[in-house]
Amino acid sequence: MSETQIDPQSSDADLAPGDEALDGAGVAQGAWGYVIGLALALGLTAASFYFAGSKLIWAPAIPAALIALAIGQMGVHLVFFLHITTGPDNTNNVLALAFGVLIVFLLIAGSLWIMANLDHNMVPMSRMMSMQR
Amino acid sequence: MTAVTHSEHGAPRDQGGPASTRIVVGYGFWIFLLSDIVMFSAFFAAFAVLSGNTAGGPSGKQLFDLNEVALETGCLLVSSFTCGLASLAAAARYKIKFYAAMAVTGLLGAVFLGLEVHEFVGLVAKGAGPQRSAFLSSFFTVVGCHGLHVTVGLLWLGTMMAQVYAKGFRADILRRMMCFSLFWHALDIIWVALFTVVYLMGMVQ
Repeated sequence: MSETQIDPQSSDADLAPGDEALDGAGVAQGAWGYVIGLALALGLTAASFYFAGSKLIWAPAIPAALIALAIGQMGVHLVFFLHITTGPDNTNNVLALAFGVLIVFLLIAGSLWIMANLDHNMVPMSRMMSMQR
Repeated sequence: MTAVTHSEHGAPRDQGGPASTRIVVGYGFWIFLLSDIVMFSAFFAAFAVLSGNTAGGPSGKQLFDLNEVALETGCLLVSSFTCGLASLAAAARYKIKFYAAMAVTGLLGAVFLGLEVHEFVGLVAKGAGPQRSAFLSSFFTVVGCHGLHVTVGLLWLGTMMAQVYAKGFRADILRRMMCFSLFWHALDIIWVALFTVVYLMGMVQ
């Protein structure tokens, strides 16, 4: 381990999110990544639109299937378009993303939970009207 | 990957001094995008809570045209792809390919916006404007906010083409281009959540 100097252009340096890692890989290989991403995203989108209107899935399970497909497609976008990877050069980006996902989850799940609870405890509108008379 | 990762052998990864400007800018913009997504999640939470409150007015199932939504989705998805090709062309300093990919990206973004405006105008004409019910207020807020982001993105796209034309592929211009492509891809991620939660799940219930 005599060589500790890190060349900023080498694959050892940190990567910015979305950065093209063009270290000798060439444009063709970069474009190939986008083609794979586009194909996967188009497939997942088509599946979402198809399952929303078909009877192939048990009807009450369709929302869960749609959410699963959407999360999968977001993953495809993150990996193939935004180049967020699990590599050591991406730790900071992944940590920031994880924190963002945590906040998004708390906000949406928390709102739904609290509002459903309030809704459950509220006097129905029809009874409220009759009470006012 | 030919190089061995130093961090696995005990040598600290941060011995190369402070990170380059490109990495700092990209990381900072990534933080901004995540905060933007957090803001959108608040609108999504509002929509999810209010989506059933139609106040006797029309529901999503009666209003939405899934063919138009599928067309919008396709436009945005392919524009995300061509935006990726544009950033590849910029990284390789191919000017003509860069302009071509950016022009296609902008064109598809404009078609997307046109379809969305068409949808909004149609809804308002049917008396299903944002004042009609809590469901429609939250619908116009979350979808309109995304449309506003796309509008800003189109302005930014034109600016990037003009800057590359006037100043060439300078390091600072390339950093801006990196931020733009991140922004455009993030808009597509938000649209995935939008067409799933707002349109498809609205049609199912």
